[in-house]
Amino acid sequence: MMRHIVVALVVVLFGLIFARLIGSYVELSALRPLATQYVIEAPRDLGTPNIITGILITYRGFDTLGEVAVLFMVAASIGLLLKKDETKSTNAPTLAAKATGARRAAANTPAAKAAAARAASVAANRAASATPASAGTALAGAAASEADSAEAQAGEPSEIVRTGTDVLLPLIFTFGAYVIVNGHLSAGGGFQGGAIVASGAMLMLLARPGSRLNVALLSVIESFAGVLYVSLGIVGLIFAAGFLDPRFLPRGELGAFVSAGAIPLISALLGIKVGAELSVIIDRFRS
Amino acid sequence: MTGLPVSTILLVTGFLLALIGLWGMLTHRNIMRIIICFTVFDTGLRLVMVATGYITAGTAPIIDRALTTAEAASRAIDPIPSALVVTAIVIGFAVTAVMLGFAIRLYAAKKTLSIDAFTESKW
Repeated sequence: MMRHIVVALVVVLFGLIFARLIGSYVELSALRPLATQYVIEAPRDLGTPNIITGILITYRGFDTLGEVAVLFMVAASIGLLLKKDETKSTNAPTLAAKATGARRAAANTPAAKAAAARAASVAANRAASATPASAGTALAGAAASEADSAEAQAGEPSEIVRTGTDVLLPLIFTFGAYVIVNGHLSAGGGFQGGAIVASGAMLMLLARPGSRLNVALLSVIESFAGVLYVSLGIVGLIFAAGFLDPRFLPRGELGAFVSAGAIPLISALLGIKVGAELSVIIDRFRS
Repeated sequence: MTGLPVSTILLVTGFLLALIGLWGMLTHRNIMRIIICFTVFDTGLRLVMVATGYITAGTAPIIDRALTTAEAASRAIDPIPSALVVTAIVIGFAVTAVMLGFAIRLYAAKKTLSIDAFTESKW
């Protein structure tokens, strides 16, 4: 009770801060000077109609590189955090085979749950063939059927999900690629398209729990995209005004698909890198 | 309709979401719920950031048939908060992913997600 009062006090104080902020807020009626600069310069100087992409990839390109580095570090640290867990879950099935009663301990992960269910059903079958009508068999059978239903729930997706995945997956990947390569023309870009591609990977893993994502290949792709990204930045340093300057390629016509210098290239590399990284992170959580 | 500017409505919504998330983060004892409340808090603050970039009767800062280069400076919204929110979303995702990884490790250690079971770091 005491804790709730303290928490309520904290929340009310924060609410007061927020209320003061809202009270003194006046909606802007004109752009701030820096924003005006960006809005005027981005289409003229970089040739990108989408000003936000221009800011993200060129004016704040170094920030974006840092963000990608953060994502890379998260993928690595998730792998480190969940590594020992994997060795533990390989022990789980043997544990479950020893005592079906220890299902609670083995029910850590869906994989362990399925393994426990399989072990239980095998044990039940063996017991049923050896001695019919003993109390133990009935118990094991009940446990097995319960575990089977758990497996049906956790392991096998329904037919709707599987068929839907077959139809939707190419569409999702195509849409992700579209969003990535049109980042300089319309709403979208590397991060957004990469997230869409990773959502496709997520759907694939939901529909086919048994399938393994090729994490090693994804890591190689991701590393190459990162290296190419940095080398494009260095090319900009040599042939244009500075690091990650996309103007070493011709600017082209405003609004054309091949335009805006190296921005589409950097955007595509960003999309590939983010998509691969997010897919790897999703796969790591599936252990 | 109400006479209230749309960005003020967004600000109020965002701050309310942030307060809900803060309340939930401090009262719940389950680690998963704390993480969910953290993401709600995060989402609220992102809404606030986007709202501060709005300009009265502005439109998305993308040059096309609806917004010519000449009138971009007067009709486009402030693109800087929008670009920063992309950063905020990515960092929020990163923090959430690491928190979930830690939650899995904590569950493996104590077989529970209640924060009351983890007394080692309590003072």
